[in-house]
Parts: sequence; C-alpha cells; structure tokens
Amino acid sequence: MNIVNEVNFNFKSKSSNESFARSAVSAFILCLDPTIAELADIKTAVSEAVTNCTVHAYPDSIGTVYINVKITDNNKIIIKIRDKGVGIEDVKQAMEPLFTTSNDERAGLGFAVMQSFMDKISVRSKLGSGTTVTMEKTLYRAGYDKR
Amino acid sequence: MTVETTLENEILTAKIYGEIDHHRAPSIRQKIDGQTENLRPKELHLDFSHVSFMDSSGIGLIMGRYRNISLLGGKLRVINIPQNLQKIISLSGIDSLGVL
Ligand SMILES: Nc1ncnc2c1ncn2[C@@H]1O[C@H](COP(=O)(O)OP(=O)(O)OP(=O)(O)O)[C@@H](O)[C@H]1O
Ligand SMILES: [Mg+2]
Repeated sequence: MNIVNEVNFNFKSKSSNESFARSAVSAFILCLDPTIAELADIKTAVSEAVTNCTVHAYPDSIGTVYINVKITDNNKIIIKIRDKGVGIEDVKQAMEPLFTTSNDERAGLGFAVMQSFMDKISVRSKLGSGTTVTMEKTLYRAGYDKR
Repeated sequence: MTVETTLENEILTAKIYGEIDHHRAPSIRQKIDGQTENLRPKELHLDFSHVSFMDSSGIGLIMGRYRNISLLGGKLRVINIPQNLQKIISLSGIDSLGVL
C-alpha cells in the first residue's frame, strides 16, 4: 500500500468552518470518482469529527483543528482529524451510542455515525493535550488517475 | 432563508432549507420554536424535502423539537425525508419515537 496523494490543512475551531472542512475533504477525494453515497458518508463523518473539536475539544475558546487526508494506491482514504483541546477521559465510554457530556441538544451519536459510515475508526486521546480521530474507507469502484 | 413555516388545520409545517449541522442548527431551532410557542399547533411537521445534508446535529434538532411539542401536548412528524438521509435517520433510532 503506497500513498499516492495527500493534503494537510488546519483552521480555527469556529462552527462556520464545519461546512468548509467537509467540503474541502470531499473536493480532495473527488478524483477517486466516489459514488454519491460514499461522498455523503465521508462528508458526514468529517462533519461529526470536526464538530466534536468545535464543541468539546475547545469548549470555551477557539483552537486549531488539523486535518490530514491520504489516498492510497488501493483506493483507500485515510482521514486524520486532530485537536489540541481538553482530551477525552474515557474513550470507550465516549464512543458508546447516545453517550454525551453536553446538555445542548446533542444526540450523542457522533462516534456512532463515524463508526457506521466509515470502514474503520480509531481514537487516541490524552486529557489536557488533545484528541486524534483516524478514519478509513475504501472506495468501491474507484477510478483514480495515478499519474 | 433557513425555514419556511405554514399553518393549516392546526398543523404547523416547517420546511427546512439547506444543510443542518452544528453551525446552522441554532437558527433553525429558534425559528421553529418561536412559531410553535406563538401558534400552539396540534401537530408540528418538519419537512425535510429541501435538506441537502445533515449530521447528528439534525438528529438532535428532531429530538429537541419532539420534546418541546410533547410538553405542549402536540405531536411531531418528520416528513419527506430524502433518500440520502435515510441512513442517518435509521441509525438514530428516532423511528421508535413514532414520528416517521
Ligand atoms: N475532540 C474531542 N475532544 C474532547 N471530547 C470529545 C471529543 N470528541 C468527542 N468527545 C466526547 O465524547 C462524547 C461523545 O461524542 P459524540 O460525537 O459521539 O456525541 P456528542 O458530540 O456528545 O453528540 P452529537 O455528536 O450527537 O452531537 C462527547 O459528548 C464528548 O464528551
Ligand atoms: Mg459529536
């Protein structure tokens, strides 16, 4: 498995950047000719992870969200979304469906959505230093131009 | 425009336009709740026909409106869900609320 393309970008954890982030990732992977359903899955998963940075990682301030997207030669997309925020005390519990620490009309479904819309997700977090969410999805009928 | 509301036969229909994410949810919520409190409808219908994207913030929006209208003695229905949103709707389990 080789990386054939890669992009890095970062932005302020403002809620208005949520749509920018999912559109940017979506634009980058368009060269793989994803289906509409695959694109929707990826946009939704990115939106969940980025929103968690805005809402939970930097609750009372504006921080930076870092995104890295890789495309491999076997049509896999690897998306890494990282913050330097408060961190998660118990990752296993945080990933349980309906678990939320927020009382602002959150469903507690963000991780459940990432899990079911992507092939694979892993979460690394340390209290006080931040969280990294890595998600992978292999596209079904990818036609990437490898030149 | 984010939400267009109409009242007919004590049914308040709120047609939501565009994307529902954490950034846009508060203004959508405000508009719907304002009308609901003023008009006290028997039923609130959330029309999703013009929603192009939503993440779990959309699920939170539905559950919050369900709570609100139930407290006022009314019923919620979510109508015209586009094909591309079926996946997140079924994952959310909101069909168990009887609103679909
Ligand atoms: N980047 C993060 N930094 C700190 N805490 C996080 C982060 N991401 C998630 N969490 C914690 O994990 C919990 C579960 O996250 P999840 O996205 O599943 O649900 P939610 O954000 O609470 O609700 P929803 O995503 O449905 O709006 C959050 O309530 C929060 O406590
Ligand atoms: Mg979330």
